[in-house]
Amino acid sequence: MTDKRRDDSSPARATPNAGGLRGLSVGKLLLEGRAFFALIVIIIVFSSLSPYYFSLNNFLTMASHVAIYGILAIGMLLVILNGGIDLSVGSTLGLSGVMAGFLMQGVTLKMFGVTLFPSVWVVVLLACALGALVGAINGVLVARFKVPAFVATLGMLYVVRGVALLMTNGLTYNNLGGKPALGNTGFDWLGFNRLLNVPIGVLVLAVIALIFSVVLSRSVFGRWLYASGGNERAAQLSGVPVKKVQIYVYIVSGVCAAIAGLILSSELTSAGPTAGTSYELTAIAAVVIGGAALTGGHGNIRGTLLGAFVIGFLSDGLVIIGVSAYWQTVFTGAVIVFAVLLNAVQYRRRVKRPETTGKNSDSSHPMSPARVAGAVIKNAVNKNTAG
Amino acid sequence: MKTAADTAHGAGEIVLAASDIVKSYGNTHALKSVNFEIHRGKVTTLFGENGAGKSTLMKILSGVETPTSGSIILDGEPVTFSSTVDARDRGISIIHQELSLAPNLNVRDNIFMGRELRTAHGVDFAEEARQTAALMASLEEDIAPTTLIQALRLGQQQLVEIARALSVNSRILIMDEPTSALSAAEVELLFKVIRDLTSRGVSIVYISHHLEEALEITDYAVVLRDGSITATAEAKDIDLEWVVRNMVGENFDLGSPPSGYDLGEVALSIDDVSIADAANAERSVVDRLSLDVRAGEIVCIYGLMGAGRTELMESIAGRVPMSGGRILLEGQDISRLSIADRIAKGLGLVPEDRQRDGLVQTMSVGANLSLASIGVFFKGLLMSRPQEHTLVDDSIRDVHVKTAGGDAPIGSLSGGNQQKVVIGKMLMTEPKVILLDEPSRGIDIGAKAEVFRLLSERAAQGLAVLFSTSEVSECLSIAHRIIVMRRGRISAEFGTDVTKEQIMAASGEAVVA
Repeated sequence: MTDKRRDDSSPARATPNAGGLRGLSVGKLLLEGRAFFALIVIIIVFSSLSPYYFSLNNFLTMASHVAIYGILAIGMLLVILNGGIDLSVGSTLGLSGVMAGFLMQGVTLKMFGVTLFPSVWVVVLLACALGALVGAINGVLVARFKVPAFVATLGMLYVVRGVALLMTNGLTYNNLGGKPALGNTGFDWLGFNRLLNVPIGVLVLAVIALIFSVVLSRSVFGRWLYASGGNERAAQLSGVPVKKVQIYVYIVSGVCAAIAGLILSSELTSAGPTAGTSYELTAIAAVVIGGAALTGGHGNIRGTLLGAFVIGFLSDGLVIIGVSAYWQTVFTGAVIVFAVLLNAVQYRRRVKRPETTGKNSDSSHPMSPARVAGAVIKNAVNKNTAG
Repeated sequence: MKTAADTAHGAGEIVLAASDIVKSYGNTHALKSVNFEIHRGKVTTLFGENGAGKSTLMKILSGVETPTSGSIILDGEPVTFSSTVDARDRGISIIHQELSLAPNLNVRDNIFMGRELRTAHGVDFAEEARQTAALMASLEEDIAPTTLIQALRLGQQQLVEIARALSVNSRILIMDEPTSALSAAEVELLFKVIRDLTSRGVSIVYISHHLEEALEITDYAVVLRDGSITATAEAKDIDLEWVVRNMVGENFDLGSPPSGYDLGEVALSIDDVSIADAANAERSVVDRLSLDVRAGEIVCIYGLMGAGRTELMESIAGRVPMSGGRILLEGQDISRLSIADRIAKGLGLVPEDRQRDGLVQTMSVGANLSLASIGVFFKGLLMSRPQEHTLVDDSIRDVHVKTAGGDAPIGSLSGGNQQKVVIGKMLMTEPKVILLDEPSRGIDIGAKAEVFRLLSERAAQGLAVLFSTSEVSECLSIAHRIIVMRRGRISAEFGTDVTKEQIMAASGEAVVA
């Protein structure tokens, strides 16, 4: 009898959420898989326009470009799922590279009159720790001191970039190779080596993506993240440690940025203080194209990865077929705006509720027009300054 | 324009008639064939408990919502309102409980918001200010047009709203709970303004929970219950008792207190608790209140809006800090614990506003159900999917949620089933004490009965239940004990042998001789 009761499905079935994909229709499939279809279209179009585009080697090269954005975007996804934003990741990426460059040159301790040359693993760990520190500062500002995420991380964007410039006096570390005699060689492994013909950067991206897709879908932390992003008040009243979750996502974002910084400086064999400028916006764009809601609670790793690949494959494709850099920025911007538009379509359908309680709050609208507009403007501004 | 002779020409004739209005939200019928009339230059008061459909009816009359079926006849002509602006243009304005003024702007700018007087050189501020001053003078409230709204008292802000409605020549003014936040003197002033408006031929629709107050001002009384009009009468023919009787009606059986077992030890002890008003630290919304709830006992807190029920509940749960006192759970002081720790110790809150505080709309039914307990069930790194499914399925069965399954989105459920999910979420944490703030809010009577049955079943198994309500009939259902709160204190305590009138009298809602 009780089973019978459960089978009485309620009349108004809305769209399933990201967690449970049941029931398929063509329109919904196209909407939910839009990043995937966009990627296919991009590959088909550029392959027909250029004979060089469709080759394994080119894909691997493009993938290694995507890796940087992808790693940033995964960290960004966690922050955005929480309903926040992290504008400091581009600067953190730069600082991480500079930190690595600084350590590779040797640390002179005047007090003891010695110069230490930490091995590459130590360098990597210290750079990641630095990223975690930046993230922790962001997290504490946002969670404990209630500074709006946009403002807190915007401030850190400047501070961190400034620190990177101070550390190098505006110059670039060109020698990251290390010396065998000092035992600190191997930094170029991250950017140049391949394992089974796949660039290490891409493998790092894959590992990070795998870890966090399990974290998001299978761990208690992941559930807490979706809940506090979806409705912080309800999550808090359900005993979710919302502040702790908030701090952790910024730390993860900081560490991801640091890893991306290490890979980038290894690929470039140099670490400049201005590396990664405006990358935070590309990362946000990847997350948004991947279907995440800027208001939090919606989104997943798969979508974000696809978003990163869409941006990477599009811009590299435009380079390959020789479109001018100015047009590239126009195209990229258009794709982003279109993606946000589709997000608005997707999430608007969920706003309708079967009934309302007395005090109806608007806070639960997954994507308000103001937020969408904000995102679009932000990206537009980025493209202007970058181009 | 303002003459006593107004009453002679046409006052009392029907200016607006709504007939056979039906409004359904999915399966929920908020209004079932309602006929409602507004008389020119008269005050028509709509009485009804929470969820009776008062707000829905007013939303339809003011163009916020369109009826599922039925017609509205204004001055003998059938009309449909496409928006609030449309309704306003036809002379119908609504003043909501939560005022819709921009506090950062001044009186003049608020009154002319969205319809600024324009000249070739921009906005004609001087003319706007002149008209504003004239309007405020006609309401006999001397507020300078350039005063910021945030500098005004609430009563004055309400007058600004009224002035705005008058500035667009509103003939019908709907006031939703206008006195709930006003002082006695401000209520007097408001009533004076209302009488003045009616003498000018403006029709007022008045909604209030303060029955006596409403009876004082009204000309016609209409009572709404469960989406239907149950009674209509002229004010001179009725009294308070009539209103209460028609509001509450013959009881739908919401159950009776579970019996056949002995109550256990004191599970929850509220000891001398005070809570400061968030807006005004010198005032206490809860004032040195003490209350014990024993295992297996169901205690109901009745009180009007602003009596301090919600603050008390949220403070016990750990959301709102106390300014004094202690809270003991099975003798252990939990006053300093976090919300999460209190849940772990066995105390859970089902909040008043389901959408805002109870549910994560972006998640599935199952994820909502397990949210409060996953931290307890899964100590390790990863959750076990099958184990969670089992727990969710058990819970869906236990609390009788009608859903396609744990993966269904929470938005696909009806209000009553959503509420069961919120309750089920807390029951999954295996609490010793459960607090429910207005658990019946916005759910239909069938779901209400189911929720109450669920609570009495759990109480019989030893759960201590403390729930609040603003509907008298609910006090007289499953509760062993009824506590009446008034202005932050317990004003009366009753057993099961109490009448509705006694409860309402103690709450300050109605003083029955």
